[in-house]
Amino acid sequence: MTRLVLVAALALVAALALVAAVAPAAASEQRPTAAELESELVCPVCDSTLDTSNAEIARRMKTFIRTRIAAGDTKSEIKAKLVDQFGPRVLAVPPRKGFDWLAWLLPLAGIGVAAAVVGAIAWSWSRGHAAAAAPDEPPLDPEQERRLDDELDRFE
Amino acid sequence: MSGRLRLGGQVLAVGVVVALLGLLIWKVAVGNDNAVTKSLAQGKPIRGPEFTLPYLRGTGELEFASLRGKAVVLNFWASWCGPCKDETPLLQKGWQRWQGKDVVFVGIDAKDFRGDARAFVERFGVTYPNVYDGKGSMVGRYGVPAFPETFFIDRSGKVVYRIAGPVADDAELDEAIARALARS
Repeated sequence: MTRLVLVAALALVAALALVAAVAPAAASEQRPTAAELESELVCPVCDSTLDTSNAEIARRMKTFIRTRIAAGDTKSEIKAKLVDQFGPRVLAVPPRKGFDWLAWLLPLAGIGVAAAVVGAIAWSWSRGHAAAAAPDEPPLDPEQERRLDDELDRFE
Repeated sequence: MSGRLRLGGQVLAVGVVVALLGLLIWKVAVGNDNAVTKSLAQGKPIRGPEFTLPYLRGTGELEFASLRGKAVVLNFWASWCGPCKDETPLLQKGWQRWQGKDVVFVGIDAKDFRGDARAFVERFGVTYPNVYDGKGSMVGRYGVPAFPETFFIDRSGKVVYRIAGPVADDAELDEAIARALARS
């Protein structure tokens, strides 16, 4: 019974966490702010995000963003309109599609490979230490031990 | 096992280095950014990078190759560019002077809102053809660091001269066009 309550509580916490994570994203998509869009878009002339650029084209893009927000466009729609004008390089973060997937997958693959290499090296080292700690020769059998003790006794 | 692991790691490391080296060689050999600017700096005319871009106004596309047989004044500009506002009336006057004399003016509006660019050409009464390159794909191919910049191309399609920044006056424009016509 206790276990059942625990599982139910964990499921509830997980569901709440999921809602907490998804709800702001959905709200941001439907009602984006100029500040968040300006941090997610790049000035095509100076290659820095709009919020840090004071270039004339960046100022025009900011005006465009505010106009489209006032008109009720979603975040995706505003981004799509700017990509249509300036190309995908205005996106600060590459989209998760086609060739651009590489930008997302390569760092993960790099982390995976690095973890595998570190793990393999650690495993190799631990085996080496174990081998060094273990004696190379097999232990003596009881008969040999008895004879060795006898020999040693003779010297005492 | 340890030896094989070490060998695998070494092969992987060498592979990564070779791949990065290959990428660098490819970029140097194939990447042609600034090729036009570099060649002109050495006094060598160079074939102008080909393009097919949509007209800023109206429909259809302009193909660079279709301009062969005429000297071309290729002007990179944007509506947000301050010096372009000073230069455009001078270019329009030049176009009126040279029109029908085996010379064609072409404006490439780059990294710009199409609507702003259309308003710009309306405002300045520009009548020579303009194409739209919002992504700025030709900016890198021609090695344009800033707007405006104007290239002068002979009848065979080779870039013979460039003016970085706004064209100063009629005399500078006419002299550059004469260079392009003289080479043909």
